Parts: sequence; structure tokens; C-alpha cells
Amino acid sequence: MNSPVVTRAFLVEARDVAKSFGQTAALRGASVAVSPGEILAIMGPSGSGKSTLLHCLAGIFTPDRGEIWFDGRRLDTLGEDERTRLRRTAFGFVFQFGQLVPELTAADNVALPLLLNRTRRRPAYKTAETWLERLGIGDKGANRTGELSGGEAQRVAVARALALAPQVIFADEPTGSLDSLTGEKVMDLLTALAREAGTTVVLVTHDARVAAYADRVVMVRDGLVSVDLGAVGEQVSSAKAAR
Amino acid sequence: MRRPLAATTRGGGRGQASDWRLARGAVLIYLRGVYTECIFARVSVPLTLLGLLERQPSHGYDLKRDYDSYFGRGKQLPFGQVYSTLGRLARDGKVVGGDAEPGEGPDRKRYSITDAGRSDVDAWLADPVEPEPHLQTTLFAKVTLALMLGKPAAAYLDRQRAAHIRRMQELTELRRNGALIDVLLADHALFHLEADLRWIDVTSARLTELAAVINRGER
Repeated sequence: MNSPVVTRAFLVEARDVAKSFGQTAALRGASVAVSPGEILAIMGPSGSGKSTLLHCLAGIFTPDRGEIWFDGRRLDTLGEDERTRLRRTAFGFVFQFGQLVPELTAADNVALPLLLNRTRRRPAYKTAETWLERLGIGDKGANRTGELSGGEAQRVAVARALALAPQVIFADEPTGSLDSLTGEKVMDLLTALAREAGTTVVLVTHDARVAAYADRVVMVRDGLVSVDLGAVGEQVSSAKAAR
Repeated sequence: MRRPLAATTRGGGRGQASDWRLARGAVLIYLRGVYTECIFARVSVPLTLLGLLERQPSHGYDLKRDYDSYFGRGKQLPFGQVYSTLGRLARDGKVVGGDAEPGEGPDRKRYSITDAGRSDVDAWLADPVEPEPHLQTTLFAKVTLALMLGKPAAAYLDRQRAAHIRRMQELTELRRNGALIDVLLADHALFHLEADLRWIDVTSARLTELAAVINRGER
């Protein structure tokens, strides 16, 4: 793997990734590849390494070994500034608890990443308003997110992720804090809007019903991508063959 | 009896629309046919017709139409069965048929439920459905045999997990635009598949322990 071939067929790829925290090995050579526009679910029991894999794919963690590729570029060897820029412009994030700023309104939260990317105030808020409406919470724009229900707050988080028009959304247990029906609504919206926009989604979940929204499902066990549960299992093997 | 779904493919991002249309059609057939056949197979036709009659007196034709639209889901109730059931219910004092109205054919009587019929419906609705433990599933038998024979039980379970996930993906796609009754049927199937998956996960985690028990000849 000294001179890896650039495989543009995949938007995001982990190759033989290992990551430890102290003495604990979270990943022990995990490989997975995600095609543009694909919705991939990563499943696995607690402590299997699935969230660590997501964080490595998103450039939040740097692997101890192996490679992370994004859009034909090595992500793991980029400098922190460049990775931060990518995270702010090309990646959207949805976490279990939304991670919104509770003191700000829903519209502020959605507009914030756009403002950080130097979008002017008026178009940033216009975009925020559009996405809040598309997520069915157009009337909540002026509410502080701390005042919203869990489902509403998570929809704000989805709006914030999609408003950036990212190439890929990373979602870590996006419905983990929601009841079944609310979780389904959030997944319906997230996957439908991502498909419409052609956005790739990588989501981590322990919930098979959430995973069933994805185009393809992989299992992580003991730090390895052990099983490809989708009907396109050849993608992982072809990714290996392309190296 | 289950019929297999048509082979479908999915994943790989866009460009799978035609496959999805095929998958959706296949799942619709499955959901409206095989699955509902399974879950409604034990629905009591006499009691269901009685329940429909409790709303209002009806002709056989109206009862059949209502039964088909709420409970048939692709498997219609034959007219013959409607009239033979109404005949038995009348014989047993659960319904009474009005005077024959002028016209041709058998559909000339308006049936009404009796107090005895109402009492049967009340008792049936209040009686919980027997929870089925499914202790002797094929999957359980396969896992046990695989361990007895030293075959790769974990790989079998992985394949089963993949098959379950694929079916869940198909049902989830169907839910997306399905009519409410189809959504509820898909939910029923999804929750059962999810329960199976939990069993598969727990069994996968306990295979070594289970193999030891089986190889010691314990039961």
C-alpha cells in the first residue's frame, strides 16, 4: 500500500484503519468504501468500534494506521487546517443529541455554519429558513433550540447539516435519543432529502430499523468491518482490488 | 406458506431506480398477499363479520366490500363464504336476516346483529391473542444442528442477518409512500424482523457457550 491508486469511484473510504485509545484497540484494520450518493449504515454492538470508524472517516480522529480517502484525496495526511476546512464545507454532521447551541434560535443554529463559511447574513438566514421549512419546522425558526422537543431539535440538526449542501453527512446514532415514531420521521426526512440532493450519508446505529433506511449496511465487530449486509458486498472487495 | 420475493438488488447509490420499482412491486405483492395471508390467516371471519354488523345492519355485498378493504389486502373473501357464514350465524342466533327485498340474487337480505352476537364480539375483542413463543423455529434448529455438526453457525447467522436486513430495507422503502394500512402492516413485519435480529445478535454472542452446552450433551 505504498503507492495507493486513487479510486474516485468511492467518495469516502477507509483502508485497513487501526485506532487505539491507550491500551484499547477500537479499530484493528477496518476497511469500508462509500459510493457518491450512497446511504451507508454502520451497525455493531456497543464498543465494536463503529463510532470510531465514523469519526475516522470524517477526519475527526486520525488513524494510527491505514488510510482515509475523501473524494480522491488522502484525508488522514492533511493538515489540521485543511481538515477543518473540509469539515466545515464538505461534511455535515448529525449527532445523537443534536449538539445545537441552546441559547440560539433554530434559524441561528442552521445559519451558523453558513456564516462561519462567510456566507452573507441575509442569504444564510434565507437558506436556513428554506431548510427548516423543508423539515416541517418552518414555524420554529425563532424558537431557542433549548425550548424545542427532541424530535424538533433533531430536525434542526438535520437542517443544519443539509443547509451546507455537503458532499457527505456523517450521522452518529441520529435517532438514539428519540422515540420510535419521532425517530422514523427524522430518518424519513434525512434520507429523503439526502437522496433528493444526491448527498452521501454515512450513519452509525445499533438500531436495525434505522439501518434499514440505508442503501447498504455493514457490521463492525471487534474493530473490523466483518460483514457487508447489503446486496452490493462486492464494493468492499472491489475497493481492495483497486489498491 | 411463504413464497420468496423476486430477486432484488439495491445499494451503490443512485441508478437503482428500476431495481427499486421492481423491489417495491415484489414487496407489495408479498405484503398484500403472503404476509397478510399469514397474519390474517387466523382472523375469524364470522367474528369479523359480526363486528362489521355491529356498526350497522348490512347486506352481504356491503359486508364483503368492507371486509376486503380493511382485512383482505389482496385476498378477497368469496361471496359464497360470506353467505354461508351469515347463514351459520343466523342459525346460531348471532344475526337475524330481514325480509327478502325485491330483486334477483342472494343479496336481498339485510342482516342485523343480535345481543348474543354483540356479546360474542365483546368477548372476542377483550380476549388477548395467544402470544406465540416460537420456541421451535427453523433458525433455532439450524443453529443447534450446525453446532452439533461442527459447521460454521456464526456464518449462517450472518447470512440470516443479511437476509433480515434486506427484507427490512424493502419494507422500509415501501413504508415511505405506502397507504396507512400498508404502513401498519409493514411495521408489524418490521418489528417481528427486528425481534428476530435481536435473537440473532444474542445467539451470535453466545455461540461458544451454546456449543459447549451442546457438545456436553446438555439440554
